[in-house]
Amino acid sequence: MAAVDIEKLGRIFTKEGDGSVAVTALDNINLHIEDKEFVCLVGPSGCGKTTLLRIIAGLDFPTSGSVSLDGKPVEGPDPERGMVFQEYSLFPWLRISDNIGFGLEMKGYSREDKKKIVDEYLDLVNLEGFGMSYPHELSGGMRQRVAIARALANDPKVLLMDEPFGALDAQTRNMMQRELLEIWEKTRKTIIFVTHSVDEAVFLADRIVVLSPRPGRIKDIIDVNLPRIRERTDPDFANLRRHVLSHMEETQI
Amino acid sequence: MTGILYKKHKKFLLPAAAVVAAIVVWQLIAEFMVGDPFILPSFTDVVDAFFKVAFGPKGTLFRDIYKSLIHFAMGIGASLLVGIPLGIAMGWFRDFDLAINPIIEIIRPIPPLAWIPFAIIWFGLTDASAGFIIFVGAVFPILINTYTGFRNVPKVFIEAGKVLGCTGDLSLIRRVAFPSSLPSIISGVRISMGIGWMCLVGAEIFGAGGGKYGLGKNLWTYYNLHQMPSVVVYMLVLGMIGLTIDMIFRYFVKKHGLGWWEENV
Repeated sequence: MAAVDIEKLGRIFTKEGDGSVAVTALDNINLHIEDKEFVCLVGPSGCGKTTLLRIIAGLDFPTSGSVSLDGKPVEGPDPERGMVFQEYSLFPWLRISDNIGFGLEMKGYSREDKKKIVDEYLDLVNLEGFGMSYPHELSGGMRQRVAIARALANDPKVLLMDEPFGALDAQTRNMMQRELLEIWEKTRKTIIFVTHSVDEAVFLADRIVVLSPRPGRIKDIIDVNLPRIRERTDPDFANLRRHVLSHMEETQI
Repeated sequence: MTGILYKKHKKFLLPAAAVVAAIVVWQLIAEFMVGDPFILPSFTDVVDAFFKVAFGPKGTLFRDIYKSLIHFAMGIGASLLVGIPLGIAMGWFRDFDLAINPIIEIIRPIPPLAWIPFAIIWFGLTDASAGFIIFVGAVFPILINTYTGFRNVPKVFIEAGKVLGCTGDLSLIRRVAFPSSLPSIISGVRISMGIGWMCLVGAEIFGAGGGKYGLGKNLWTYYNLHQMPSVVVYMLVLGMIGLTIDMIFRYFVKKHGLGWWEENV
């Protein structure tokens, strides 16, 4: 099981040393995410979608309300909630296999067990044979695949992804989206995916959560009932994209 | 044919030719324009002196090298032991940094050689007194670079570490912040070794150091004896050892898995 509950969550940023200057990044967010669900958070920049994801990860804290995973409140970072960052976050001093095995090392796995799991995940992200390479020897798309493998190797309940393909070119990005869906099919993780690309959200998600900016509120939640793999040229796809976009545009001033 | 040979060995031939030319010019100037080995010893004077100080009955060159390397190792060793942990603590714990920083900033601008009187009073005419001066010169670049490395650890590395189950200051320092700072620390050590080697000569000339050996110490002895060709020998040896230390260090760094870093510099 891996259901995420967000209740009456709010986050107000105050300037350090000066309580008076406050920005409401998130306001009264209520969201229930099912086990094995693929949810995309979309919204214009500044709508707090990354902040929401970071709070779920335990890297940031709400000023009101709560997040819980299977009924257990989130109180800080934990390997049960894996994260893939927007920037390249692989440790450049570690080989690819040691990057993927980092979480297992922290858990105290034996060398043999670690190697077995690392190989399995190298295989999953189609990077067999790159275990001994260093991150700087890999392309951007390959690095993000390693980042996904590194997060999954810990066998988290939820995979949190913060615009993981934002820095990639369009072609690589489309390829990565397909691969992510394959990985999701195989591993059946709950995925919460932040993006500002409506196209990406419609291609990937079971449900799209549209956030409005300043203060960040849930504007709408849209179910995507199209069969996968979705075809971008399909009229239903285009209609849905237009629908989501219209919601987003209303929120922009 | 000769053209091909030239192209092939250009990288070696050009510098070699330049060195030979410089030696010839040096010899000509010393011999025919200056004509006084006290003012400017010629190349051949220096070669002569080299054999005397190295292999002659009164020559102490190798014992001097040995002694100076001991001083150097003591100073650099101490500066690593102090500079790296202190830099880590200052870079990682904000409050510690705030408290300690003013003290560091007061001591840091004092030129290392100004410590010589106290080095001799505290440690006497021992290896430790010379080592102390080298330590004072070398510790700050190591400290500052360790500190800077730690302050500049990308936030995403720390967060990635935390999400992967690496929590607590000690494991984050050991697993994430330290390796991430290593390039900065290493370049600090390199700068320190250069400065330390300079301080060594000053410290020994001013009497710090144990016994009667040491490159700086006997460079000064030969000056007092007005044996300027021997002084030049010591100068060149000091330069060459400094260069060798740096080369060995760079080779070591390259060999021991810092390949990932070169791409990022």
